[in-house]
Amino acid sequence: MNKVWLIIQREFLIRVKKKSFLIATIVVPLIFPAVIGGLVYIMMKEAESAKPDTVMVVDESGQFNLDSAKNTKRFHFVPLQLKLEQAKKAYNETKYFALLYVPAFDINKPDGLIIYTQENPSIEKVGDLESLLEERVRDLKLQEFKIDKEVLKNLKTKISLKQINLSDTGEEKSSNSGILYGMGFALGIMIYIFVLVYGIQIMQGVIDEKTSKVVEVIVSSVKPFQLMLGKIVGIAAVGVVQFLIWIILITFLSTGVLGYFGLKMPQKQMIEEVSKKIKDDDVKQAMQQQAQPNVKINELMQSVSEIPFAKIAFVFVFYFLGGYLLYGALFAAVGSAVESIQESQQFQFPITLPLLIGYMGLFMFILRDPHGPVSFWLSIIPFTSPVAMVGRIAFDVPGWQLALSMLLLIGGFILTTWIAGRIYRVGILMTGTKVNWRVMVKWFMMRE
Amino acid sequence: MEALITTNVSKRYAQHTALDKVSITIPEQTIFGLLGPNGAGKTTLIRIINQIINRDEGEIFIFGEKLKPAHVEKIGYLPEERGLYKKMKVGDQLLYLAQLKGLSRKEALARIKVWLEKFEVKDWWNKKVEDLSKGMAQKVQFISTVLHEPKLIILDEPFSGFDPVNAQLITEKILELKANGSTIIFSTHRMETVESLCDHIALINKSKKILEGAKKQVKEQYRSNTFIVEHRGNHFTLPAEKYELKKQSVLEDGLYTSTIQAKGNIKGNQLIRELIDLTEVFSFQEQLPSMSDIFISLVKGEGDEALKKHLQEA
Repeated sequence: MNKVWLIIQREFLIRVKKKSFLIATIVVPLIFPAVIGGLVYIMMKEAESAKPDTVMVVDESGQFNLDSAKNTKRFHFVPLQLKLEQAKKAYNETKYFALLYVPAFDINKPDGLIIYTQENPSIEKVGDLESLLEERVRDLKLQEFKIDKEVLKNLKTKISLKQINLSDTGEEKSSNSGILYGMGFALGIMIYIFVLVYGIQIMQGVIDEKTSKVVEVIVSSVKPFQLMLGKIVGIAAVGVVQFLIWIILITFLSTGVLGYFGLKMPQKQMIEEVSKKIKDDDVKQAMQQQAQPNVKINELMQSVSEIPFAKIAFVFVFYFLGGYLLYGALFAAVGSAVESIQESQQFQFPITLPLLIGYMGLFMFILRDPHGPVSFWLSIIPFTSPVAMVGRIAFDVPGWQLALSMLLLIGGFILTTWIAGRIYRVGILMTGTKVNWRVMVKWFMMRE
Repeated sequence: MEALITTNVSKRYAQHTALDKVSITIPEQTIFGLLGPNGAGKTTLIRIINQIINRDEGEIFIFGEKLKPAHVEKIGYLPEERGLYKKMKVGDQLLYLAQLKGLSRKEALARIKVWLEKFEVKDWWNKKVEDLSKGMAQKVQFISTVLHEPKLIILDEPFSGFDPVNAQLITEKILELKANGSTIIFSTHRMETVESLCDHIALINKSKKILEGAKKQVKEQYRSNTFIVEHRGNHFTLPAEKYELKKQSVLEDGLYTSTIQAKGNIKGNQLIRELIDLTEVFSFQEQLPSMSDIFISLVKGEGDEALKKHLQEA
């Protein structure tokens, strides 16, 4: 056991001491705050440019009382008591957005309205102005038909469904499928990438030992299985350490960046990040419903805060390690059989196929229908469960399913490690053999 | 006590038998030559002794104890295909390998210093193996093999890759290790190494041991009662019923060298006695078969008859 510990230490230290580890560990967390910072920066810029544009108005009809009371968020109207020609001259001396000319008109057939601008205005702005004018004309018509504006407003109702999960215990939980989708998506992809990246590191390590022939010296001191196990665990430790550093750095830097922009960061930085996108959309809607401006946001925050982060973090780490061990052993077996990365290609695809199926299943089934039969099986079978269950976990998986899936995953990696160990012990000492699946089966069957 | 005993060790694979009931006995504090052509099964036997692979049958005893996992710490193994971690520094590498053999970190550090000094390469500690020349890497590997002071050292082709100066250095170290009580197994094709260094030998061919014993005895066994004599003048004839002149050639100034085989149980002394009356003898020596002769003929002909024939023709 002591020797396995030595191997773990070596595998860990040589990787952690590498420059590439240092770079990846530092650069990746920098990307996150940089993206957040960038987004915040753009949002703030936009907020600035959203200052109302000043529009000068020459109103010959006298119908548009676009005085300061009528100013909107988007436009600031300045009525001019001038003739059009004079107004044009006056406008040209300003830097204002536009000059609006409203001739006397028939409200049933408004015609001849003109907008003068110094630059080409965006379609959006012109559209906004048009809808303002349309609204004004409508109000005029309402007056003419003697319909009260309040009555009309009352007729219009907006409905948005509040989602509540009724759990087995009858407990109510508000949920937001957008957030859950986002989480499932992100976590599933992370598992997929981590398992592949670290699995290939194992394979590379095994190939290096085999081609440099050092393996024969090592296995004269330790059992091949111990060497394989030490390598797998050592690289797992690298992954876990890297992951922890990332989380700490990302939290730290994100808080710093957001603090710089004067936004406050709730303790749970995850909540903020996840809810950010969705919040923006909902904010717009909420704004339009002026009657209840903050209810939606509060609900959203509530459903975020009800996501069991501790549980999800635990499940994530469990499935990362489980999936990694399961596939890592297979990668080790492939590494022991081949003599170069190129040669390993033919085996890599078949062994990672189940992982890929889990990954595709994530998009095709789990995120769409987290509790359907396909989603269930994908998250139970050990080969697909690391990606599938992690993608599904945010959607509140029943306890027995989680327990079954975890047990099967443990059984799964014990099985693959055993199989891989049998291939590995023969493979690492074989050189110059053309290896195919049949040869590997033969090695597996070989007596001790 | 015997350093190593194997009794009827066999290893079979699906298509072939790698070792067929091989029994050898290696006395303690000797240099033992494990000989045989490529593919004979030497490496398989060595791997079994190192517990890298398992035997199908037979027993192995190391210093009187049945082979068990803890024995790996008593064995130092230098495989034919040398290999070290290319990206690792020499010092770290030796430390790691020594610790895997059961040395404590402190003990290992102290011994590495001593050995690096012995080879006058103290400044290699921080060099990566990939920056070393082949010969340098070989030295590091040799050090790694003996750092834990193994009682049994198995060296597979130890001199390949060394220039003559370094080969000499390694030879000295090997003899030193033997003097200090280690037993050394050489697996090699180089017959000159066997001639000069080995005390005992075993020859394995086609998975079977076909010859074993002390080098002297083996040679004794295959002596053909043939003598090489340097003498002046060739105007004499030996009695044909007792001797056969196999070869004769002129060296210089009427100096000749003759190869003479004595028939029956006639000894060398008798030949000398008879020769002295006939000619002036300058030198007299028995022509013993070289290890190379024995090796080649046994492997080729696979039998004593063939060997004798080969030696007589030589």
